[in-house]
Amino acid sequence: MTELTLTVNARPVTSDVADTTLLIDFLREDLGLIGTHSGCNSTQCGACTVHVDGQAIKSCAMLVLECEGRDVTTIEGVESGPDDQGLHPMQAAFRTHHGLQCGFCTSGMIMTGIDIANRLGTPDRETIRAELKGNICRCTGYQNIVTAIETGAEDMAKAGE
Amino acid sequence: MSISNQDQSSRRAGSDPVVATEDAGTLIGQPVPRVEDSRLVRGRSRYVSDIAAGTDTLHMAIVRSPEAHARIRSVEKTAAQAIDGVVQVLTADDLEGVQPLPCDWVPPGMDFVPQHPILAEDTVRYAGEPIAAVIAETKTAARAGTQAVTLVLDALVPYVHQETAIADGASALHAKLLDNRGYSIRWAAGNVERAFARADKIIKRRLTNNRVTAAPLEGRAVFSQFDPVTGQLTHHTSTQLPHVHARSLATCLGFPQQKLQLISPDVGGGFGAKLGFYAEDVVAAFAAIRTGRPVLWIEDRTENFLATTHGRDHVQYIELAARADGKILGMKATVLADLGAYALDMGPGVPAFLTGVSVTGPYKIEDVDLEVIGIFTNRTPTGPYRGAGHPEASYMLERMIDELAVELDLDPVAVRKANFVPPSAMPYKIPTGLVLDSGDYAANLDKALSYVDRAAFRAEQTAARRQGRYLGLGIAIYSEMSGASPSIGMAAIGFRRSGHESARVVVHADGRATVFSGAHSHGQGHATSLAQIAGEVLQLPVSCIEVVQGDTRVVPFGTGTFNSRSMPVGGTAVHMAAEKIVAKARQIAANKLQVRVSDLNFEDGVFRLRPGGGVGRMFGRTVKKVGDTAKGIVFNYLTRLTLPKPDRSVHQGQISFAEVAGEAHLSHDVPLGMVTGLDETVFFDPKEMPASYATHIAIVEVDPGTGEVHLNRHIVVDDCGRIINPLLARGQVHGGVAQGAGQALMEQIVHDDDGRLLSDAFSSYAMPRASDLPDFETGHTVVPTKMNPLGAKGIGEGGAIGAPPAIVNAALDALRPMGVRDLHMPLTPMSVWNAIDSATKGETE
Repeated sequence: MTELTLTVNARPVTSDVADTTLLIDFLREDLGLIGTHSGCNSTQCGACTVHVDGQAIKSCAMLVLECEGRDVTTIEGVESGPDDQGLHPMQAAFRTHHGLQCGFCTSGMIMTGIDIANRLGTPDRETIRAELKGNICRCTGYQNIVTAIETGAEDMAKAGE
Repeated sequence: MSISNQDQSSRRAGSDPVVATEDAGTLIGQPVPRVEDSRLVRGRSRYVSDIAAGTDTLHMAIVRSPEAHARIRSVEKTAAQAIDGVVQVLTADDLEGVQPLPCDWVPPGMDFVPQHPILAEDTVRYAGEPIAAVIAETKTAARAGTQAVTLVLDALVPYVHQETAIADGASALHAKLLDNRGYSIRWAAGNVERAFARADKIIKRRLTNNRVTAAPLEGRAVFSQFDPVTGQLTHHTSTQLPHVHARSLATCLGFPQQKLQLISPDVGGGFGAKLGFYAEDVVAAFAAIRTGRPVLWIEDRTENFLATTHGRDHVQYIELAARADGKILGMKATVLADLGAYALDMGPGVPAFLTGVSVTGPYKIEDVDLEVIGIFTNRTPTGPYRGAGHPEASYMLERMIDELAVELDLDPVAVRKANFVPPSAMPYKIPTGLVLDSGDYAANLDKALSYVDRAAFRAEQTAARRQGRYLGLGIAIYSEMSGASPSIGMAAIGFRRSGHESARVVVHADGRATVFSGAHSHGQGHATSLAQIAGEVLQLPVSCIEVVQGDTRVVPFGTGTFNSRSMPVGGTAVHMAAEKIVAKARQIAANKLQVRVSDLNFEDGVFRLRPGGGVGRMFGRTVKKVGDTAKGIVFNYLTRLTLPKPDRSVHQGQISFAEVAGEAHLSHDVPLGMVTGLDETVFFDPKEMPASYATHIAIVEVDPGTGEVHLNRHIVVDDCGRIINPLLARGQVHGGVAQGAGQALMEQIVHDDDGRLLSDAFSSYAMPRASDLPDFETGHTVVPTKMNPLGAKGIGEGGAIGAPPAIVNAALDALRPMGVRDLHMPLTPMSVWNAIDSATKGETE
């Protein structure tokens, strides 16, 4: 067991963890942040995507001890309030464009979408499709996800102006 | 690979905003964004694993057979039991009194039904079959426990393919079934020999429909809790059929059903794989009862590949007889369907009935002889997967239509049109007994064709070929029996499941409503679409309606979601219940306003006096006044109390639905003789299934150097009758096409010759990613059905039915000039390259 201190969704967290604890399990089991999901055991599906120090990371492939002193943001940390106005532009775009059906891949898709916008601004559809190679969706056929990320990125850019 | 000349406007059409349908009401037909998304986009999910997260629960891990076929000599548990944290290690002999998994679909004539044991007893018959369960304090200890269990297995010869399992000399997988043939079902009509004798052209082919897996992103998950004091079992599981599975669980365990609450909360995809009832549910519940502590099992991805039912897997021998003008005279086929190792749940019926009944598709083919043979092999049991039997039938038919067109040198569109059942012939009974209730296939095909300028495409194709580029266009059209029903029909085909759907609509004292549905969303958005249906009738906005599903304590009767039935059957039940509510509300309103029911309009949520009314209304009013007075007199006589005089003028000729609802709860002033309440339950059991249909057009480019098939465009014009929510409907088409494209282009469950699974991870089982697919171009035709008052048919599965044949037909269209005569799904680069290579070397297949 090792003592760990990190920031999760802008809140400081200190805990004793077993050394082999994965970040995703720490988030889900220890902190109750169940919005990050596990869809595979091989880093292929992207459902577990979170941000660590602003970078999109697959939390199933990271030990929580690697996050010592770092800033972790999960899907629960991107909204600013419980009503419709509190949705992050990327979250709102997924809702508007029917970018989710069963919802299991959605947290990962939104976190990846935000990351795409952060890095590339307002990319076109073909670029977004290529950028989503680390995320699997089995329900939507991707088209509405691409539209959601395309418009979410545009809305993020407008909000940043 | 760059995308070649595309019509820009059509390419954008797929991502055009969705608009209301032409026949839209205030809610039905509107592209309402989903109410459930507000929480799902925030990560406030409630999948089974979320409910169990952080709780003090035991963890279960399963020991599975590494061998495809073996006798179990011994299972050594002691080392596992000694591991710190391991509470129990269960094997078959621990499961006293527990019944094997049911087979819920036994085709008539299937005499021996090899049921899947809960934990293997003396023989294992597929790699992945559960042998033991380790129950432990932590996930880590449970896993360590599974690795410490020692299995001694004596390997037997595995049969990894349906044709080897029925070949001469093959030994029996099950002692009581010597030839491994579970059933042989014949679908015959007319005089097929005469048809073949008259034919100008007979074509014969061997086609395959590849074994794939549903791979929902949420695997199976079970969280079972037993309270020894109350005797209550609360069983959380990720399923499409809460009620059916509650019955199965209770039956397997011998558990009293009034003490069982099965809850299926959010479900992260199902696609048919979660229609199966599996061993892990039974073992987890058994362990929970035995220990008095909660037990959690979350399937990992490898287990999902190994032990969750697979889909499809047919070998089809088909012969088509036709006239020179393209008119099909008859059809003969033998379908060898791989059932896997056991008759599990719905599995056996899917090829037997769903492929069998739909084998003539939308065509008028009256002389038919089809035999479907279900064969047991040493592989994971097969079960329903999006389309369930229809994709297999449609692939066979649509490939053959194109083959016929090529052989007769006719336009494949003309051949299809020459054989369609016309609208004037509907309702049309197909040879296999079901009815094509409504539809205009030619109009649907023409609408799809309007998205593509075929002449321009042919010119482009010819020009491209000169540059060594191979473009192809392929078409497929299918019809699908959606909306599984009626219950009595289920009985006739050995399907132990109901065909009705339940709906209960309850109105609260403030006029808002709750809809309880027996259907169960696993991504389809019922919380929104069923609220739209109820809201249209009740004249309430969707935000005032809560939809409840997936809890057998709260919704005690239901059938579930499969075969695209939740709108035609589930939605109709909701519609009917809501109408009963409004009919009753009218009576309460009329009483409050002291008018007749016929005097009232219900608009914008308010009951108002219709203009006019005349003498009849005045008379009615007088009668009511007299009635009020009489009621007061009688009441006073009986009780010596005085009823407050109802002040009818306070409503000023109108009363809102909310006020009526308040009255229904308070019941101070409901019509004399009427039992109060605004709470209606309906079971809708339709007499027949409506047939949805769609045309798919695929345009591909094949790279002859690598064999890669790139899907440039995919067009779908769907007809599901009346559309409830066009935004959701389009989403279903997209998802279905993606899975269909996956089957056609890349998905394949692969076992080695010893029956061990090689494709057991997303890194080895290829599934479409965003960059593999184009923007789909979708449209609808609308021919409502008369099978239900909504006019709705199913839409959820069609994409997976039409996409594979369209794509394969397109690839063949691209490669025929190179001499390629046949391609097998999946069209992997290796497979396509080999076909091109053989063809150019002059070798035939």
